[in-house]
Amino acid sequence: MTALAPAPTSTPARVRPSRRTWVGVLVGVLLVILAATSLFVGVSDVTPASLLAGGAESDAAFLLVASRIPRTVAVVLVGASLGIAGLILQMLVRNKFVEPSTTGVTEFATLGALVTMIVFPGMAVLGKMGVAAVFGLVGTWVFLRVVRVVPVRQLVLVPLVGLMLGGVVASVTVFFAYRLDLLQSLQQWSQGSFASVMQGRYELVWIAGLMVVVAWIAADRFSVIGLGEEFATNLGLDYRRVVTIGMVVVAVITAAVLVTAGMIPFLGLVVPNVVSLLVGDNVRRAIPWVAGLGAVFVVACDILARVLRFPYEIPLSLIVGVIGAALFLWLLLRRRSRAH
Amino acid sequence: MIALENATKRYGRQTVVDDVSLELGGEGVTALIGPNGAGKSTLFGLVGRLVTPDAGRIVVDGMDVATTPSHRLATVLAVLRQDNHVAARLTVHDLVEFGRFPHSRGRLTVHDREHIERAISYLELEAYRHRFLDELSGGQRQRAFIAMVLAQDTKYVLLDEPLNNLDLRHMTEIMRLVRQLADELGKRVVTVLHDINFAATYADRIVAMRDGAVVADAPAREVMRPEVLAAVYDTAVDVREIDGRPVALYYG
Repeated sequence: MTALAPAPTSTPARVRPSRRTWVGVLVGVLLVILAATSLFVGVSDVTPASLLAGGAESDAAFLLVASRIPRTVAVVLVGASLGIAGLILQMLVRNKFVEPSTTGVTEFATLGALVTMIVFPGMAVLGKMGVAAVFGLVGTWVFLRVVRVVPVRQLVLVPLVGLMLGGVVASVTVFFAYRLDLLQSLQQWSQGSFASVMQGRYELVWIAGLMVVVAWIAADRFSVIGLGEEFATNLGLDYRRVVTIGMVVVAVITAAVLVTAGMIPFLGLVVPNVVSLLVGDNVRRAIPWVAGLGAVFVVACDILARVLRFPYEIPLSLIVGVIGAALFLWLLLRRRSRAH
Repeated sequence: MIALENATKRYGRQTVVDDVSLELGGEGVTALIGPNGAGKSTLFGLVGRLVTPDAGRIVVDGMDVATTPSHRLATVLAVLRQDNHVAARLTVHDLVEFGRFPHSRGRLTVHDREHIERAISYLELEAYRHRFLDELSGGQRQRAFIAMVLAQDTKYVLLDEPLNNLDLRHMTEIMRLVRQLADELGKRVVTVLHDINFAATYADRIVAMRDGAVVADAPAREVMRPEVLAAVYDTAVDVREIDGRPVALYYG
């Protein structure tokens, strides 16, 4: 042997922050365009022209303020916050395949909403949301307890356990709804839609928006939690406290979205995974991306829901489900092909 | 110093660490050796406040581990556990940045950034700083973790089996690095090792454990004797002198 071959080092990173910036700008522009479009899509004729012609007192202006603006705001906030709920839950569980609806959190929150209907039928929607949030919190806790016995590396087992847990809770909910003749109200939640959103009936989603801010403030802590309890402890972090904050964020977002729009599946799963591919999982970096993409996704789906069978509306959850499921399959197969 | 005072840990009926009193963290490199299940990792867990002792206490530089705020300990003591499975897609830079967390609490100052840069360049990771951890080889990833520990800027560095799953070249590379951390940067390094020849070559002091107790604690050369090693591992170990250094032969 004469000389050793040079050590095999792989080529240095090809980071292209410029491409990242470019995609970021695109998402932002898309969000503005879609949100503006959302204001002018609907059965009644609300167009920039009709607004200008009629002035502030016109029917068009009234409709804009009472229905179109609330709807658009709600859709944007729901999209953004559901994405964040998924991201935070994924950090807590250290698994990319979880979101509120694959962990039983949504089902627990639904059960909570049903309980308020049975026990306090006249309760204001804020109270209903509060109870749903508490149930959601219990759901998150139960899930985290159960998952503790599942090895972290069993990637697919974790959401499977969550789905089963959700299934059990959902069947309890349906049983009581059936016995007490409340199946129709249940239907209203299990199908996500923004059709009934209007002024005075959507403001709770701002609480979900607030949770996004909380998540942003604690972003670094969630990143460290995502490294596991041992890392977090070594770095001097109170693991349990951060996990508790995360649980509250997830539960409140889930409950707020549930009582204003209903169940919207897959979103919390797909959006953070796409963002993970783009910019990685550093929560501080990922949050604006997840919020932005989540909002774009739901606004686009909501517009589709309104125009596909115009003048009728298709439930939003149907469209999100179809597109989300396709994206999810793509992510799964992509992962497989990387031989993980 | 890291002082364990009558530390005991039981899991069910099994006593994993049995009334251990030991001082660790003297100058240089200390290697902790012993067979599987001897209690080495649990001992690290006790010091790193990941495991609560059933009896006794652990004191780091006068601070009782059980009562001192975690973030204060994190500025004095860094523990890198074995088998770091990071599911999150983080870049090398992200990881090293988190090493500053005990100091910055999330808000990086110029001073913090200097530490990050120094750690990255010390481990020669500049070319990989924006790479995701899952895109690195085992050796590079281990270096990234050590860079994080270095950015944490602690007096004591505890490494639990840092050579796990590394090939020969990377094992040597990491051990040289461990030596440098002690010699150039003045870190007090304590490391769990399975390969006793690495321990003999790179450590100043070897602590041997068996069945939850310390059975030998002496300068490396004194532990590297057939009768001592046979008692620790319960198997015949031949020790030969090669180029003036003791080498254990346990392949037969």
